Amino acid sequence: MSILDGLLDGFATVLSPENLLFAAIGVTVGTFVGVLPGIGPALTIALLLPVTFSMDSPTGAFIMFAGIYYGAMYGGSTTSILLNTPGESASVATAIEGHQMALRGRAKTALATSAIGSFVAGTLSTLALTLFAVPLASLAVNFQASDYFALAVLAMLSVTALVGRSLLRGLLSLAVGLFIGLVGLDELTGQARFTFGTLELFEGIGVTLVIVGLFAVGETLHVAGRLRHLPDHIAPLDPGGRRVGWMSRADLSRSWRPWLRGTAVGFPFGALPAGGADIPTFLSYMWEKRLSKHRKEFGKGAVEGVAGPEAANNAAFSGVLIPLLTLGIPTSATAAVMLASFQVFNVQPGPQLFEKSSALVWALIASLYVGNVMLLLLNLPLIRLWVQVLKIPRPPLYAGILVFATIGVYAVSGSVFQVLLAYGVGVLGLFMRMYRFPIAPVILGAILGPMMEIQFRRALLISNNDLSVFVTRPLTVTLLALAVVAVVLPFLPKWIARLRGRSRDRLAFGEDD
Amino acid sequence: MPMPAMTRRRLVALVGATALTAVTTGCNAEGSGPAAEYPTGTIQIMAPAAAGGGWDLTARSIQQGLTEGGLVEETVEVYNVEGAAGTLGLSQLVTKNSGDAHQLMVTGLVMIGGVVTNASDVTLEMVTPIATLTAEQEVVVVPADSEYETLEDLMAAAVSDPESVTWGGGSAGGTDQILVGMLAQAAGADPQAMKYIPYSGGGESKAALLSGDLTAAVSGVSEYKDLVAAGDVRVLATSGAEGVDAGEGKPSPTIMEAGFDVELMNWRGIVAPPGLSDADRDAVIALIDELHASDEWQRILEQQGWDDFYKSGDDAAAYFASENERITEVLREIGLAA
Repeated sequence: MSILDGLLDGFATVLSPENLLFAAIGVTVGTFVGVLPGIGPALTIALLLPVTFSMDSPTGAFIMFAGIYYGAMYGGSTTSILLNTPGESASVATAIEGHQMALRGRAKTALATSAIGSFVAGTLSTLALTLFAVPLASLAVNFQASDYFALAVLAMLSVTALVGRSLLRGLLSLAVGLFIGLVGLDELTGQARFTFGTLELFEGIGVTLVIVGLFAVGETLHVAGRLRHLPDHIAPLDPGGRRVGWMSRADLSRSWRPWLRGTAVGFPFGALPAGGADIPTFLSYMWEKRLSKHRKEFGKGAVEGVAGPEAANNAAFSGVLIPLLTLGIPTSATAAVMLASFQVFNVQPGPQLFEKSSALVWALIASLYVGNVMLLLLNLPLIRLWVQVLKIPRPPLYAGILVFATIGVYAVSGSVFQVLLAYGVGVLGLFMRMYRFPIAPVILGAILGPMMEIQFRRALLISNNDLSVFVTRPLTVTLLALAVVAVVLPFLPKWIARLRGRSRDRLAFGEDD
Repeated sequence: MPMPAMTRRRLVALVGATALTAVTTGCNAEGSGPAAEYPTGTIQIMAPAAAGGGWDLTARSIQQGLTEGGLVEETVEVYNVEGAAGTLGLSQLVTKNSGDAHQLMVTGLVMIGGVVTNASDVTLEMVTPIATLTAEQEVVVVPADSEYETLEDLMAAAVSDPESVTWGGGSAGGTDQILVGMLAQAAGADPQAMKYIPYSGGGESKAALLSGDLTAAVSGVSEYKDLVAAGDVRVLATSGAEGVDAGEGKPSPTIMEAGFDVELMNWRGIVAPPGLSDADRDAVIALIDELHASDEWQRILEQQGWDDFYKSGDDAAAYFASENERITEVLREIGLAA
């Protein structure tokens, strides 16, 4: 069956009233789940799984699950932008510029560029999934441990874009994140590290918990501490005016390139068997900051810094489906739960899925196109509703955030210890805010630190402790070279200028250095 | 109508005793409904792992079998306590739920490894064994273009030059590493010299095998079925007493048949907290016996592709004990246990 035939059949299945309803339920539930801090798509799908046991055909269930996943990616940006409280790692990069935009009365624009960007990226990446799923999968599985290490090095460099005003503070934040990543059982030897004999810490400190703690709890404490000195409401709503949707012509022209670049970063990253949606959002943020003609605006609400990462996290989702469907390899928590749900219905994702269950797969892919349209139609009007959140006076608003954050952490872990841990991380977040340490590098460190360490040690184990493994594999070398270029290139003009004695500019990453 | 606590407990005891007679005399519980007074409230089943995993699915299937199968009228709830290969959940069951027959927990071979490698104070010997339910064989696979055609080839290489064979599978101290350790023992190699790389989650080791990082991978049979059928990987052996179809369309050779004295089943079962009265214990066992005999459970087994591996009551207790001893010994040989 050709791709076109399959896709048309898929659309025929999806466009039935029943399946459209499942898609609509999925994207709506997903959007709201994404908005709530801590409660992610993985937990939601796991909770809904037993409900689907009684369904006759799995198609509806998968359409709904895909909708939840996508919807959560759309919804995740909302609280990041409005309240600076991202609910999961893939929206952390969005919060940096997005919340600054909201503080300057441009919340609607930020939400619009994120919704439209998500739509553009979701649709383009679904198209890429439709056309190239199988060849991409066979390319992606060629990544070995040393390549993943090089990739982590490259991604780690995006910290240079996240440090904000001071490189030293940024690196200290990164170190905190790296330390958090160390806690727990060492994956290779099973040795406990920094657990102080507490079984609860054996699994390590979850990145979601760190995010909820640092952002939701930390922000609440910070606001509570300064309540008397702050205006009643978080931010003014932006004035009207002639706009395309909620975006001005200028915003649109500054957004479309980041949307495409975000898609280009997000999709292949998602397709890697050890990828995920968070790393490409940081890479996209770095890329946008480097390329932007409005570099001065970064840190103060640059629209590119929202458009790029939001496109990247949605594109990554379509990418995640590639190893899941073609190899049966889940690369994120949500994908793992989806894999389990496939197995419940006796559908085994893998090389034979497209032959054995082609109707199901094509229906799933077709539902992604439909889901994207639905999400755009749902989210653009919702912007008007979401921004009303900014009109809520601070005390009840942040009380609500704290309640949702607590419920979120407890719902995922079922453990009071984890809730207290999140509060503890929140206190850390408070002090980091008070002393103007950037928060995002902590998250980057907590995500990338463990990946970098494990892959480095795995590569060495496999090569019998021969370090040359990092310079003999072409792919590894290419990635490491890219990393060097990414560090050096932006400073090359300055260096050359300095060498010729023309410029007295200091070399600095952070603006205060 | 509320009953005084004493009376209710005595009633449960009485019914439990009847159930015991029913089981021990061999006339199975079918239809007789011996668990009339158990449960007397909501049954809570703990899956000591994240939602979506094997233990979680087992717990939810038990829930489905009990309620959909019409075996209990009371609510059955499933909750997850994630962490440390299940030992976190185990310690919670032992410390918080002692004596409560309505608190059950799913367990399995992996938990024995978890208790040993995490040096947990709370062990599986402390709980009240109820039954083993399902089991899955392990499979040893190599990439399709591997030079190793048989398990003997692979083990010969692993014995003569342990560094030349990179093994991969699930977490440190888990079923997969245990099997590699047992294979090394049986082949006469030093289990500690085996180069085993643990991966979290089923997919990661699969990706590593396909990328060429690994020489051979060990996992549950179902994990690689599709890749085997597609011709991407080759089965060397499965770990049970009888060969199963690991994707080749015919039963694959067992490790025994390949000449190594190793048999390992990744079993899952259910336990109750410590401190149960004999009557309570028997009532729970009777209910699970009934579950196992139900059509609904057989349907679930088939749907999930699980092998029936049922031992209950004293059989289960004996099996838990023997597995505990055997697995602890292997882990000691691998160097993962003191």
